Amino acid sequence: MTPTAVMSEPTSHLGRIAVDSANRRAPVEVADEAEPIVRVRNLDFWYGDTQALFGVDLDVPKGQVTALIGPSGCGKSTFLRCLDRMNDTIDGVRISGTVELDGQDVYDPRVDVVELRRRVGMVFQRPNPFPMSIYDNVAFGPRLRKELGRKELDDLVEKCLRSAALWDETRDRLDQSALGLSGGQQQRLCIARALANQPEVLLLDEPCSALDPNATAKIEDLIFELRGRYTIVMVTHNMQQAARVSDVTAFFLKGRLVEADRTEVVFTRPSKEETENYITGRFG
Amino acid sequence: MADRPSPAGAPPRSPLLGGTRPDVSGGMGIYLTAAAVAGLMLAAVLFFALIFSRGAAAFWPKPLEEWTLDDGTVLLVQPVEEYDTGDVRARTGNREFMPGREDHVRIPASRIVSRRVPEDAVWIERREYGPFHGYLDEVAADGYHVRLPDGAPEVLAADQVLRVEPINRFGAFGRLGLWFRNVFRFLSEEPRESNTDGGVFPALIGTSLLVLLMSILVMPFGVLAAVYLNEYAKDTWFVRLVRISVNNLAGVPSIVFGVFGLGFFVYGLGDFVDHSLLGLPSNETRFGTGGLLWASLTMALLTVPVVVVATEEGLRAVPRERREGALALGATRWEALRHVILPGAKPGILTGLILAVARAAGEVAPLMLTGVVGLAPELPVDGEFPFLHLEKKVMHLGFHIYTVGFQSPNVEAVEPLVYATAALLLLLILVLNLTAIRMRARVRRRLEGR
Ligand SMILES: Nc1ncnc2c1ncn2[C@@H]1O[C@H](COP(=O)(O)OP(=O)(O)O)[C@@H](O)[C@H]1O
Ligand SMILES: [Mg+2]
Repeated sequence: MTPTAVMSEPTSHLGRIAVDSANRRAPVEVADEAEPIVRVRNLDFWYGDTQALFGVDLDVPKGQVTALIGPSGCGKSTFLRCLDRMNDTIDGVRISGTVELDGQDVYDPRVDVVELRRRVGMVFQRPNPFPMSIYDNVAFGPRLRKELGRKELDDLVEKCLRSAALWDETRDRLDQSALGLSGGQQQRLCIARALANQPEVLLLDEPCSALDPNATAKIEDLIFELRGRYTIVMVTHNMQQAARVSDVTAFFLKGRLVEADRTEVVFTRPSKEETENYITGRFG
Repeated sequence: MADRPSPAGAPPRSPLLGGTRPDVSGGMGIYLTAAAVAGLMLAAVLFFALIFSRGAAAFWPKPLEEWTLDDGTVLLVQPVEEYDTGDVRARTGNREFMPGREDHVRIPASRIVSRRVPEDAVWIERREYGPFHGYLDEVAADGYHVRLPDGAPEVLAADQVLRVEPINRFGAFGRLGLWFRNVFRFLSEEPRESNTDGGVFPALIGTSLLVLLMSILVMPFGVLAAVYLNEYAKDTWFVRLVRISVNNLAGVPSIVFGVFGLGFFVYGLGDFVDHSLLGLPSNETRFGTGGLLWASLTMALLTVPVVVVATEEGLRAVPRERREGALALGATRWEALRHVILPGAKPGILTGLILAVARAAGEVAPLMLTGVVGLAPELPVDGEFPFLHLEKKVMHLGFHIYTVGFQSPNVEAVEPLVYATAALLLLLILVLNLTAIRMRARVRRRLEGR
């Protein structure tokens, strides 16, 4: 499949439609004509004999927030996990098509998966802090590579906790177990932990689904803060959330990408009927 | 419904109002299961009460009674038991002075003409012949000048006398003090008189060393095997076969492990070590005979299934999200295992250790074949390099119970020793278990962030 062929698909709208800046929550400067940092072409995916993804094409624009929406079981998580090759850890899966990060095919056999996962961070649905101190959680990734000295590591941990809006709550208890934090704090810690790897892309798989509205609002604020500095791909089943925080929305249905476009377009003038049905709640 | 007709004209009863069923809250089920638990608890309480009370009583100093018999014999005894037949049994001490060289008598109570408790009677612990019951006149250069219960003078060599206790003068505190001294001597002394007297120190050391060494050997082995089975092996028929075999290993009678240990470790490996590695002459053996190392290895083999099963359980308890979290941060599989999964599986691993220790500390049969003896000439630890002598034979509390209780010429004298040793073995297992359980509780608390 050539890029020209893709241009005729709905995904080709990416970057060409002007952002309705009045609707944006915060005036973060993001180039409209953003470069795609992740480029997915004709992605098929099988769990054993069951196909979960069918010919997905998607460009993820650099520095922006891309929301993946769709009903449960439509393959959002599967797609997300293809981007950092987390699906490699499952037995009996098969994949075809290409996933490129900065022009490099990540499924190339020569690719170092460890390095890929460092550059593409991931935060899961359920907060999964390790049973160690808050500091050790954030320092986990950098320590694996043993590049940083004590002082640099301290600075990095502080920076990441600040980025994840968790510093003020944890600065006095860095040596305490991360499991003593509340669910929302744990999830922000997981984001801080991912940031400590200084990734280019951050994948969030329904990061708020296990959290209360208050904690959810904090995570949303955080995502908005991180926008611009990081490329974020986020699965959500909450359409208000997608509308609030994302620049681009991609709608999945039964393993296919139905439509991907600027968020305001998807939510106001979707080009596919299925999308309209889904976002208006008429999905059957 | 025929037996409960509703009154004419009354609205029909709802089928929900079927009447009360007696077993709606459990009924018979509860009674049956509760009875089983009650029975179990009763058995356990009885068991521990018997062992521990008899064990503790073994050290309780009984006063010396002077019995004058109908034929004029004078004895100084510690009564042991009264029988329904009217007989009494008592410990007389003074074995070498008694007819038949027995230090117990069993006579009809009616033969005792008079009893009294003489204030000045002493109980003397001796190196040989068991305790002496009598009176002490003076300690001179040639030994202890004593009188037998009937007044006949004797001299006990000074190096034979271990301690003199004026038992009948003690009040409650004095006796308690003596009880503690007795317990301490039991724990810290070597056995004497072919195990019928003295303490169990070498057996205590031997048992502890065996369990310790077994733990050191079994833990890495069992944990690594479990990690391979659970983390790396695919679910093939071969892996399933391995798992079934491991589980079945737990059901093999322990004496079979003893036979294996004897054949493989002692005669096989031991011979190889002696003659191929150490180059000993062919008529000399060091490792080619039972010893601490082989006994520990045999026990490790015996307990490896429980460690594998418990560790696998612990590994499975680590949430999938946590493993993926580590991998998603760029950890290799080994790093995820090392830093996240294994620490998370620690409670399971420690459960394995607890079960292994509990099983190993109580095992006797395989040890008899692979390195445990009734009387070891020396301890396996000493001040001589390399301090721990893995090839030496050791004593063991379990085996001690057997040799003392059932292989000794003086069955009556050793009965309290058997109970005391059994109580000590139970206590040791209890302490080992509690230590491991507390370790696990601490690890769990830390894992849960409390
Ligand atoms: N590990 C797995 N093994 C087999 N099938 C799976 C696995 N994970 C997900 N699936 C299936 O793949 C489809 C897509 O799942 P998923 O990507 O989790 O959907 P979503 O995240 O959109 O709810 C579902 O039908 C699901 O049952
Ligand atoms: Mg999902």
